Amino acid sequence: MSLQRRETKLAFWFLLPVAVVLLGVVAYPFFFNVYISLTNWNMFHFRDPHLIGLRHYLRLFAESDFWMIFGKTFLWTAVNLVFHFTLGLGAALLLNRKLPGRSIYRALLILPWAVPQYISALTWRGMFNSEYGAVNLILAKLGWLGLGPLSWFGGEWSAFSAAVITNIWLGFPFIMVIALGGLQSIPQELYEAARIDGAGPVRRFFSITLPMLKPVLMPALILGTIWTFNNLNVIWLVTDQGLPADKSHILVTYVYKAAFFYYRYGYAAAFSVFIFLVLLLIVQGYNKAAKAGEAY
Amino acid sequence: MSGHSTTRATRPLGQRLGRAWTQVWVHVLVWAFVLFAVFPVLQIVGISLRPGDQLYSTELSIIPDNATLDAYRIMFTEKPFMLWMRNSVIVAVGTAVIGVALASLGGFAISRYRFIGRGAALQGILMTQMFPATMLLLPLYLMMRKLHLVDTLGGVMVAYVATALPFCVWTMKGYYDTIPVDLNEAALIDGCSPFQAFVRVTLPLSAPALVITGLFSFMTGWSEFMVARVLLTSQELATLPLGLESLFTTYQTEWANYAAGSLLVSLPVVVLFLVLNRFLVSGLTLGSVKG
Repeated sequence: MSLQRRETKLAFWFLLPVAVVLLGVVAYPFFFNVYISLTNWNMFHFRDPHLIGLRHYLRLFAESDFWMIFGKTFLWTAVNLVFHFTLGLGAALLLNRKLPGRSIYRALLILPWAVPQYISALTWRGMFNSEYGAVNLILAKLGWLGLGPLSWFGGEWSAFSAAVITNIWLGFPFIMVIALGGLQSIPQELYEAARIDGAGPVRRFFSITLPMLKPVLMPALILGTIWTFNNLNVIWLVTDQGLPADKSHILVTYVYKAAFFYYRYGYAAAFSVFIFLVLLLIVQGYNKAAKAGEAY
Repeated sequence: MSGHSTTRATRPLGQRLGRAWTQVWVHVLVWAFVLFAVFPVLQIVGISLRPGDQLYSTELSIIPDNATLDAYRIMFTEKPFMLWMRNSVIVAVGTAVIGVALASLGGFAISRYRFIGRGAALQGILMTQMFPATMLLLPLYLMMRKLHLVDTLGGVMVAYVATALPFCVWTMKGYYDTIPVDLNEAALIDGCSPFQAFVRVTLPLSAPALVITGLFSFMTGWSEFMVARVLLTSQELATLPLGLESLFTTYQTEWANYAAGSLLVSLPVVVLFLVLNRFLVSGLTLGSVKG
């Protein structure tokens, strides 16, 4: 038996349990969902759905809100990732220094990650309450900033900002922890050599730290993009199902509402197939970029 | 860093002052981070201690006037908190055990063996993350109903394992990649079967990654809400998120109870995180992914 055949056989047994679970719980529902997307299954045709072809997909693009929600989802993903990575990386760089009480700081900074997400989201919703929420109370104390009490969930963009702030808070510790692990594996000699060559801190960061962290951060970037793009909990819970009046949705929350509140199963299924395809394209793009960069 | 040959005393004054300034800035920044990270948590603590007439207080102080532990007492005596806790422990521990077992096996295959379809497996596992999970819910529900898994803790456990697996497999694979292959080979030459070699040699060396995988799976089971709401309908099977949310729908009256419950729910996870802190950094070698 050739080596590769032997290894394929072994790999088969090692991977079998994973495959069974993923095929059963993810792949099968996925294909079933594609089927649903081609039917007119909704509240009115609950018992007798029949195939209607691509009609839902065509309707998607004709919908007036669609491009707005689509753009907002990209904005949501981009803003969150930028802050997750800058704050996470910044915190990691700080904590990688010799600092008294470093392990305590590290423990405290992990808190947002450790608290269950739905609890954080609901708590932030309370904190953004316009009358007794802590955020407005603090803004009032900082009167000189000129930001009066804001009705956070009264406006489309302020509600969106509230959700973004919440999610930034939730997400930066993950990147911090990953970056810390990466930083510790960078050999100190590289920095010594760079210092002798007269490279300043900024130069050292861009020429040594960032390239050395790339293999650690790249998968985190891919996973982070997918998770943020598909993050249902935060927008849903912080804006209380899309306040004001379904204006703060991103794609996934919009789909969830269409499916489980308006019972438009076929339509929602088509929408989620579309989300999947968009993410597939993004990840392909990342992979191409990473391959071009050779470090991955 | 200490690699310098000059000692502190012989450095020129300017350099020493520069260093002092850097230290000051570092501390200012670290404290800004800490404040940002900790403030919402302190909010929950404060609200959980509020007496009933101060729920909508506009004070910013953390410890309210007439602080009381009433909300905690209510959670234990008047709410089925222990029942929710029991259900969540079963689900979360079950998810962690199954998740770790499966991911450690699957990750090993992808890391060690060059087999046909390896790249496809790796990409396929990642791809499962791309589909909006909520839309798998409806088909999943119908499927589970056929298998009589609706309204059982086992049913949600299966769903959670599937949710946590992709990340876990990638983490395990990344970590195995950093362990020298030779050790495993040596065991094989000594007459171990591939599975024995895996269990006796590679697995014990992978402790940090196993811890991360376990923690991640546990967290999935401990804090998932959307799937649980669809799959668990009877009151006796409600997990903590469902229970806490039931306080929140009557948000106006039970804000303090909710906060107390949240703290009790977060505490075990936070403790786990702190205890396993050092593993977190070494175990998350997501990155040593060399295709």
